[in-house]
Amino acid sequence: MSELNFTVQDRGLEYLGAARIDGPLVVIERVRDVGFDEVVEILDPEGHPRVGRVLDISGEQAVIQVLEGTTGLSNQSLRARFLGASFLLPVSRHMLGRVFDGLGRPADGGPPPLSADLRDVNGRPINPCARRYPREFIQTGLSAIDGMNALVRGQKLPMFSGNGLPHDRVAAQIVRQACLLEEQSAFSIVFAAMGVKHEVADFFIRNFEDSGALARVAMFLCLADAPSVERLLTPRVALTAAEHLAFDCGQHVLVLLTDMTNYCESLREVGTARGEIPGRKGYPGYLYSDLASIYERAGRIEGSPGSITQVAILTMPADDISHPVPDLTGYITEGQIVLDRELFQRAIYPPIAGLPSLSRLMKDGVGQGFTRDDHPALASQLFACYAYVKKVRALADVIGEEELNALDRQYMQFGEAFERRFLNQGEYENRSIQTTLELGWDVLSMLPRDELHRASDALVELYYRKQAPQQAVA
Amino acid sequence: MNSSSESAESIVVRISGPVVTAVGMRRAAMYEVVHVGELGLVGEVVRLVGDRATIQVYEDTTMLKPGAPIRCTGAPLSVWLGPGLIGNIYDGIQRPLPGIEQRSGAWIQRGEKVNPLDLDRRWPFAPTVRPGDTVAAGQVFGEVPETTLVRHRLLIPPEVAGRVKSVVAPGECSLRDPVAVIETPGGDRTISLMQRWPVRQPRPIRERWRVGLPLLTGQRVIDTFFPMGKGGAGAIPGGFGTGKTITQHQLAKWSDAEIIVFIGCGERGNEMTSVLREFPELKDPRSGRPLMERTILIANTSNMPVAAREVSIYTGITLAEYYRDQGLNVAVFADSTSRWAEALRELAARLEEMPAEEGFPATLATRLAQFYERGGAVTTLAGELASVTIVGAVSPPGGDFSEPVTQHTRRFIRCFWALDTELANARHYPAIHWLQSYSEYAENVAAWWEQRAPGWSDLRTEALTLLQREERLQQVVRLVGPDVLPDSQRLILFIAEMLKDGFLAQSAYHDKDTFCAPERQVALLRLILTLYRGGRDLVEAGVPLARVRQLPCVPKVLQAKETFGNDELSRLEELEQRVRDELAALAKRSAQEDRQDV
Ligand SMILES: Nc1ncnc2c1ncn2[C@@H]1O[C@H](COP(=O)(O)OP(=O)(O)OP(=O)(O)O)[C@@H](O)[C@H]1O
Ligand SMILES: [Mg+2]
Repeated sequence: MSELNFTVQDRGLEYLGAARIDGPLVVIERVRDVGFDEVVEILDPEGHPRVGRVLDISGEQAVIQVLEGTTGLSNQSLRARFLGASFLLPVSRHMLGRVFDGLGRPADGGPPPLSADLRDVNGRPINPCARRYPREFIQTGLSAIDGMNALVRGQKLPMFSGNGLPHDRVAAQIVRQACLLEEQSAFSIVFAAMGVKHEVADFFIRNFEDSGALARVAMFLCLADAPSVERLLTPRVALTAAEHLAFDCGQHVLVLLTDMTNYCESLREVGTARGEIPGRKGYPGYLYSDLASIYERAGRIEGSPGSITQVAILTMPADDISHPVPDLTGYITEGQIVLDRELFQRAIYPPIAGLPSLSRLMKDGVGQGFTRDDHPALASQLFACYAYVKKVRALADVIGEEELNALDRQYMQFGEAFERRFLNQGEYENRSIQTTLELGWDVLSMLPRDELHRASDALVELYYRKQAPQQAVA
Repeated sequence: MNSSSESAESIVVRISGPVVTAVGMRRAAMYEVVHVGELGLVGEVVRLVGDRATIQVYEDTTMLKPGAPIRCTGAPLSVWLGPGLIGNIYDGIQRPLPGIEQRSGAWIQRGEKVNPLDLDRRWPFAPTVRPGDTVAAGQVFGEVPETTLVRHRLLIPPEVAGRVKSVVAPGECSLRDPVAVIETPGGDRTISLMQRWPVRQPRPIRERWRVGLPLLTGQRVIDTFFPMGKGGAGAIPGGFGTGKTITQHQLAKWSDAEIIVFIGCGERGNEMTSVLREFPELKDPRSGRPLMERTILIANTSNMPVAAREVSIYTGITLAEYYRDQGLNVAVFADSTSRWAEALRELAARLEEMPAEEGFPATLATRLAQFYERGGAVTTLAGELASVTIVGAVSPPGGDFSEPVTQHTRRFIRCFWALDTELANARHYPAIHWLQSYSEYAENVAAWWEQRAPGWSDLRTEALTLLQREERLQQVVRLVGPDVLPDSQRLILFIAEMLKDGFLAQSAYHDKDTFCAPERQVALLRLILTLYRGGRDLVEAGVPLARVRQLPCVPKVLQAKETFGNDELSRLEELEQRVRDELAALAKRSAQEDRQDV
């Protein structure tokens, strides 16, 4: 790990000594011919290079963010080499099946993958004219997602979770089961871990192994014990690899990023060290733009067969969805899957909250010609009825369930069945979209037929269960 | 482009993200455009101290170095105005994205310079002035059919006035060709089909007017409850996923403006793509022509440079003003003004300005006011009535409307469509909350409605009152349940539900209901209120509410919005008659039963 895995022309200028070291920042004075965002190697007392990048440059000084931490560096003995380019990653299709560190260097003992291409990890914005609008339904086998918050190929759909909630299991299940209806082609997977524990990474690795996917996975691990600033580059490195696989090699890539909250914390750390004016909860004012530069790297491109679908996991501090990290994420991504602690405590898996979850691209990927003609109406009807359940439950809390009128009691039963039969499923249960839709009608049919006004008469006629469905709760 | 003699010594001395400091800039002017470095990145001077200039750069500054050259252009940031704007999609500084794609592929490269308008395309030009005519600033001197929908009127530039010395004969011209010479006190001015205008400066008008006509949007909760006026200003605030973008797309599709400028300012790439793919397919309900023939898109998505995001709003509004000056009604949609405000904040922080509320610069309120003030109903310099309507989306952090951008925006707009997270979660769309929203234009446009669809004002007031009463009743219901209320009050709960489901909720994706013509809006509202009035009389006469609820027409009324299209008004009238008949029959039955009981 002592060498960069790419060689960039070294111009032989090496600076000795720093003017200031402050948190993750190093300030070097009187540098010449250095560019903004240029990569720097800082040599520590043992002569090991640590990677950094230039955040601010003037004739007098360069402010450098040291991605691998400043522990042990000293003003006097530190040496710095500027590498003449921004951060470049050698990309190749042989990255699949490999494990890298957070900066894209092999971490599995293997050699760097053979590569002819160096890519700037910051990427470039996709021209909106060149995008292809995502519309192919991905079956995840989870009713809560497929039925009500369907994912499409090229979408960015994050998972908002909380500490202790089973987001990793849900994500692993999605990765295991995700497939397209007609095609057999499997997704390539790019997995980026930022600041998560070894256990979490191991959990995913085991999962990839068990499902035989390991050869299709490229892993970028910047775990909890790695220097925190390194995380700032990890998602960018991972997405650079993903872009190569998707748009140069034509693969369908599923990118799993976890945990974005850790990423944002590192950003906050650097902002504070630079003395920036903090925004909400101390996060920098540019958090939105910064996150967008990551999330917007999902999508499809006209004329290219590949795609990047992004599932980013983030834990909401104190389960607060209005916290800046989930809030700004929700403002950028194309919906969100929200995990709910109450469902979890009631042993419902996956504990996907019915109402606040949303997939914005669902409408373009489901219905006639995609899944089934009743799908949009069914989803909308389930949402409407479940929203009413929430109201009735609030009322029942006040006046007692016995005081509810007959219709409201029916709604209470529907609510139970919806959660226990529709949402709830096994961790290894892979439901086809047909099964999901049928289940949806089963539970809806527990309500009187004329309660279903979101679906047209014709659809209700076709799918509403005329025989009272079994009321028993599975 | 006069590069001054000094510009050779103008060099970069510091780079901090999109903000660059340069020296040797004594001759530079505020807001002058400069080209930075070997790639010629486009930037704008935003501060001058001695010979030091601070420049905000509209492109990524990676690997830019101190010592890089700066080239001044001598002109402020300006847009090109002329035929060819319609149907185009530009980035924040009016670079055409299709042109950029042609040159650099799917990913936007830095330093691309593509002309905003095609200088070689030939347009059939028809002059409307003759040699010897006197012409004033802003006067029409000729026409070009820009699209089937847009007759592009060529205007004498605002700073020119005099006598026509010569003008070309009708025929094909390109934007390069001189088409007329005007004798002015300051000498002869050659004019072409194209002019430029600095984006930060409003284009002149003759006079402002009170808003009097509605901007019809085909969205019931807007047109009937909280109407927008032509030349009005409105905001649509809401947390993530509540429907700002879809609502604005709906307005861009169905509004009866002649030109639409849609500014995607710091939002998603896919949303712009969806407009690009969808609008050429969709037909304008009035003319039957593709919507793209009246639309201009500005796309500075969230991952594009933040300085260009700041300017994109001005680029968009300047294009809008230009078409307004041709006597047209233009609607501008900005999604989202919060991202624009954040761009201001980010740049201000880099400039080390003193922050005011939540880090925003102290000038935030002024900047917002300046933006919304560029809208309005006006008389143009040419003496025509025209308008620019502005609708800005606001994305408050955590969906909390007490934050600075929402609060300041409220001062400068008169139409407030508050999106409600709870409604959105229940998939009640548009999630515009009927009690938190308001429109101060309702009075202004009432006269128009009464002429077009009589009964509008009264129906509207009645419905809004019902919803207010329902809200008060709900407070009781939340404590004790609905069953303790008398039937007369439960009727209000019932009708309020009908209003929400059968009238206010309107799916953007339903073929028949995505656009609702004014007459149909009134007919649908009358339908529900007919049921209300009849039901009220029955309940007063002692008929149980349950029997009203069970009338066979009730589900039909609920689904009427998606059953009967805009050209099926007579079917709606039939349904209304059926409601009356069923109510009358129920009255009769109950009366008979009463008599039997006696
Ligand atoms: N009128 C409508 N009809 C049907 N669906 C709607 C309507 N308005 C909103 N929606 C639904 O709500 C989702 C979110 O809407 P939209 O993208 O407009 O939210 P937004 O407020 O712009 O969010 P953000 O601030 O994150 O951009 C849409 O994808 C769509 O599913
Ligand atoms: Mg939006």
